Amino acid sequence: MSADGAVQNSVIHDIGYQRYDGPRLSRGYAARSLFVHGLRASFGLGRSAKAKIFPWIIIGIVSAIALIVAVVRAQGGETDIGYQDLPQVASFLILIFLAVVAPELVSRDLRNHLLPLYFSRPVGRVDYVLAKLGALVVAAWLILAGPQLLIFVASAFGGADFLGELKDLLGGFAMAAMYAVLFGTVSLLIASLASRRAFAAGAIAAVYLISLPVVAVVMALGSETARQIAPMASPFMLPEGIREWIWGNGGDIDVGSYGPAYGVVGLLLPAICVLLLLLRYRRVSL
Amino acid sequence: MAIIETRSLTKAYPRVVALDQLTLQVDPGVIGLVGANGAGKSTMIKVLLGLLAPTSGEVRVLGIDPVTRGHEVRARVGYMPEHDCLPPDMIAAEFVTHMARMSGLPKTVARERASEALRHVGLYEERYRQIGGYSTGMKQRVKLAQALVHDPDLLLLDEPTNGLDPAGRDAMLNLIHRIGNEFGISVVVCSHLLGEVERICDSLVAIEAGRLLRADRIESMTTGTDVLAIEVAEGTEALAEALAAKGIQPRLDQRALLVPLSNEDTYDVVLRTVADLDLPLHRLEQRHHRVAELFATEREASNVG
Repeated sequence: MSADGAVQNSVIHDIGYQRYDGPRLSRGYAARSLFVHGLRASFGLGRSAKAKIFPWIIIGIVSAIALIVAVVRAQGGETDIGYQDLPQVASFLILIFLAVVAPELVSRDLRNHLLPLYFSRPVGRVDYVLAKLGALVVAAWLILAGPQLLIFVASAFGGADFLGELKDLLGGFAMAAMYAVLFGTVSLLIASLASRRAFAAGAIAAVYLISLPVVAVVMALGSETARQIAPMASPFMLPEGIREWIWGNGGDIDVGSYGPAYGVVGLLLPAICVLLLLLRYRRVSL
Repeated sequence: MAIIETRSLTKAYPRVVALDQLTLQVDPGVIGLVGANGAGKSTMIKVLLGLLAPTSGEVRVLGIDPVTRGHEVRARVGYMPEHDCLPPDMIAAEFVTHMARMSGLPKTVARERASEALRHVGLYEERYRQIGGYSTGMKQRVKLAQALVHDPDLLLLDEPTNGLDPAGRDAMLNLIHRIGNEFGISVVVCSHLLGEVERICDSLVAIEAGRLLRADRIESMTTGTDVLAIEVAEGTEALAEALAAKGIQPRLDQRALLVPLSNEDTYDVVLRTVADLDLPLHRLEQRHHRVAELFATEREASNVG
């Protein structure tokens, strides 16, 4: 950056306007650039110091949890937290992260009326939505997968069964991806409806936090069927239900014979969110 | 080659017709697209960018159909929106670089051209400052720079002088004039202020209520169309009637009567008429035609017709 600046500053004489006849890259390049831009912005890179505070606090806490787990394991102790448990343990942190970052990615563009500048360029509405969504989901996944990898490296060096650990790690990555996709799509959809970042953040937190006690009450008061179905309605419990169905180790959630239903909801919810996002941006005009 | 061509272009919304059978052909250069607010300028821009499909009719931008090949059109066109569209917490150079990449410029080229574009709009020294700290005039320049950064063949500027003080307006208009003449980029300037754009434009397109009022080169609008202003102390109406009877169509402009100065005889006819009616003549002067008056006559004519 500084080297660049020095070179540019050394040009003093006024050369006139020069036409550009170099390469013009595809829409795919523009969409990829937007994805990278969004991913960097998720962690506050290329932004002010203020924008870095929240993401890095969250990364710090999740890493600290992972570090504790790694240390306990290294000393031969037993922990309840495996690779697949980490996303659930960190789910509130991920929620806070998304409530801050999703508005940063989309509400900001709405508030600053940036969309006309994007949509008057080759990059299209679908590209925009997918790039932003991809950035958010990958960012959320990295926040979980990074610390999982930390535990793995520590365990591998500690002389644990390497292949067994690797298999567990991949299972953990899959859970992290599930959380990232489910949380990310819902958060981005909510954020895309609010142009004020604070409102968007509040709405994301509200949707998640309100569904939780409602589901808890239904589970406490309802029949066994209700207890097995209700967790689907909470984004916090849905991934654990799917985990119970696939791996049979979903903690305290009993899905009974409704496992496949959890799978279907787990696919439909993100799909519907993406569809609504696309519809929402189709309506944006200049 | 015409940069913009439309044939019977119509865009009808459920309740209003925004563009009504618009047929025009625009040559390269600086083009003023003038019309009152709500005349259909914004709809026109959206159609040209391929973001809005016309109800009927045809449109070509740089020879490309934006309806079916919108991406290609948007890659070669730069657009500067009317309203604020800048992120205040971003550094100008980074923002323009980002927008260059969105237009498909490779990373390093994008950075170079962003610096260049900011230099051309006069923000070279200030380019590493946050946009939020810029004045309205500077923000307007950043908006122009992001439209210019990917070296488009056509610039669409929507009310580029909006919110600027007189000095800022002049600077912006001069800059647009330079872009059109020195940079070799065609520019469409949308404005509701005719007096402003007529100074810098090669041709004008005037629309009203979605219909084409007139599209022509500036020279052909102003040559040979001077008017004679006649002011009499009293009996203005009588004079107007008498002139009309002699085949000269006068138009009332405040206290003066304006008649087209079609040939040398007009002077004699006017003087003779005033003398016949025995009116006290205050003033008789030749006025150079402002384009605005031309449109006024057109509009009256079309209202009558």
